[in-house]
Amino acid sequence: MAIPLIYNVRSIQGRFSSTLVALFSIAGVVAVLIAMLAMASGFKKTLVASGSAHNAIILRGGATSEMESSLELEQIKIIGDDPRIARDSAGRPLYSAEVVVIAALPLRSSGTDANVQIRGVSQDALAIRDTVKLLKGRFFTPGLAEIVIGKHAQETYSGFDLGKNIHFGGRDWSIVGVFDAGGSAFDSESWCDANVLNQAYKRPENLFQSMTARLTAPAALQDLKNAVSTDPRLTVGVKSEIAYYEEQSVMITTLINVLGFLVAGVMGIGAIFGALNTMYAAVSSRYREIATLRAIGFRGSQVVLSFMLESLIIAFLGGLLGALIILPINGYTASTINWQTFSHMSFAFAVTPDILIQGLLFSLILGFFGGFFPALRAARRPIAPALRGL
Amino acid sequence: MTNNLHAQDALIAVKNIHKNYQRGSETIEVLRDVNLNIHKGEFVAFMGPSGSGKTTLLNLLGGLDVPTSGHIFIDGEDIAGMSAKKLTTWRSRHVGFIFQMYNLIPVMTAFQNVELPLLLTRLSKSERRRHVEAALAIVGLADRMSHYPRQLSGGQEQRVAIARAIVTDPTFLLCDEPTGDLDRKSANEILDLLTRLVQEHAKTVLMVTHDPLAANRAGTRFHLEKGVLAVNSKGEAP
Repeated sequence: MAIPLIYNVRSIQGRFSSTLVALFSIAGVVAVLIAMLAMASGFKKTLVASGSAHNAIILRGGATSEMESSLELEQIKIIGDDPRIARDSAGRPLYSAEVVVIAALPLRSSGTDANVQIRGVSQDALAIRDTVKLLKGRFFTPGLAEIVIGKHAQETYSGFDLGKNIHFGGRDWSIVGVFDAGGSAFDSESWCDANVLNQAYKRPENLFQSMTARLTAPAALQDLKNAVSTDPRLTVGVKSEIAYYEEQSVMITTLINVLGFLVAGVMGIGAIFGALNTMYAAVSSRYREIATLRAIGFRGSQVVLSFMLESLIIAFLGGLLGALIILPINGYTASTINWQTFSHMSFAFAVTPDILIQGLLFSLILGFFGGFFPALRAARRPIAPALRGL
Repeated sequence: MTNNLHAQDALIAVKNIHKNYQRGSETIEVLRDVNLNIHKGEFVAFMGPSGSGKTTLLNLLGGLDVPTSGHIFIDGEDIAGMSAKKLTTWRSRHVGFIFQMYNLIPVMTAFQNVELPLLLTRLSKSERRRHVEAALAIVGLADRMSHYPRQLSGGQEQRVAIARAIVTDPTFLLCDEPTGDLDRKSANEILDLLTRLVQEHAKTVLMVTHDPLAANRAGTRFHLEKGVLAVNSKGEAP
């Protein structure tokens, strides 16, 4: 049987003040790591929430984002006629042909310009995106320079108030409504008539960047893909809207995750030294106890295990503390540049159970490295002199 | 009796032990050709000035160190050639240690301290409890089981240490200055207890001490002088 765990637990209690250094340094590292991972997770969650399993997004063949895609009205109509596209009560296909532009508008917080994403949509945009609801005002009137703004865009940009005019694309636009997109990336956008937006930016008529279509059922996606790929008139790619937004999130979430582990790794080295210091102190103050255990018959490996456990307990407590400290960040809304569209996007930090587990596992890794060498020293010290406190 | 004629009956037979330490290029001879026989149920004291090799001899007998040359037969088994791993297991079965500074684990109760050696056995929890209670009863501390070392006097701490040493019923007890940190009254109580363990429980006790009063309690006394074992108190060659 191993050296009883109670020995380690009570030893930690007995020298708790000296344990605090290791505990807090590990807590700090874990808190930073969880914050970074929660940022990446929140960003991804926001983008993925923009997609619906019922919708397909159609881009030019080979295009990876709306920004590099173009679709002619003719192609959009051909796809709209496909029986896999859902119809409204009047039998019209439910889709939105869309264009996206970036406008530089002043931030409320600093007054400096930042990029806002303006999406030109069709009248059916609300019908196909059932998570988007009008909070205030009304939807824009087709053919007019009217705009509806997302709730985060309203909070972020100066002059984004219902009833006011904003100026971009060489003309004034009346804000006629505010919508809530359920925490998705659309909350950071503003929507207007796609044709009016094309005119304002002097883009060719009947040329759009993407088409978002409501499917009769999520399972119809594959059939639509097959039909589109065999139609010689079409050179487009079809994706599930969720898959599309997931792909859009990959680059930045990977970057944040890598950065998170890099920062936590560098900080972790410092924390390991804190843990090493604590554990070396623990070992050197207990040489006589360790030697006694060894004399009684406990093996060196049992001593190593015992001190490793002690280090892991301290690290786990530090990790738990770090997780508790950073937990309130869950749901905190921040904004960053979406590198796919170069526009501001608001998102909420998402501290998920997975992230908490990763944080705690990271703390255990720190505890392992912080405890290993002191534990080895504890087990390797000659017994006879240590018994006499030498 | 401890003489070579009875070596075959001896519980502990030390043959031509040498122990050297290396300090830089200098070799220090701590024990020189030590021979010794100890029988079951003997109470043996080792005396001698500081640096005479008493503790080194005790460490060798306890399997805490290995001799440079020679043999140590304990219950017929030569421990001089054992690996460190084997010695660890051997110690847990055959030796009960009693130290000058008691060496109790301060964060554990008297019960938990005494139970420690039993954790290395296959005894069940209830069997361990029975053994611990019996050991603490023998040393007169049955009512102090849940006390921590800091809540006990020096004499009581040493009695807990003795309970820890006897709880596995080892082949022999090794006492390194067991009364060195105690006042005379407590020292006498500990010596009474050790004597009782020998007389009533047939334990074999080997004790290193500076204290002649303590040494007088032992049936056999050896004197070490510069690493050489002198004749014992009975005038016999060791």
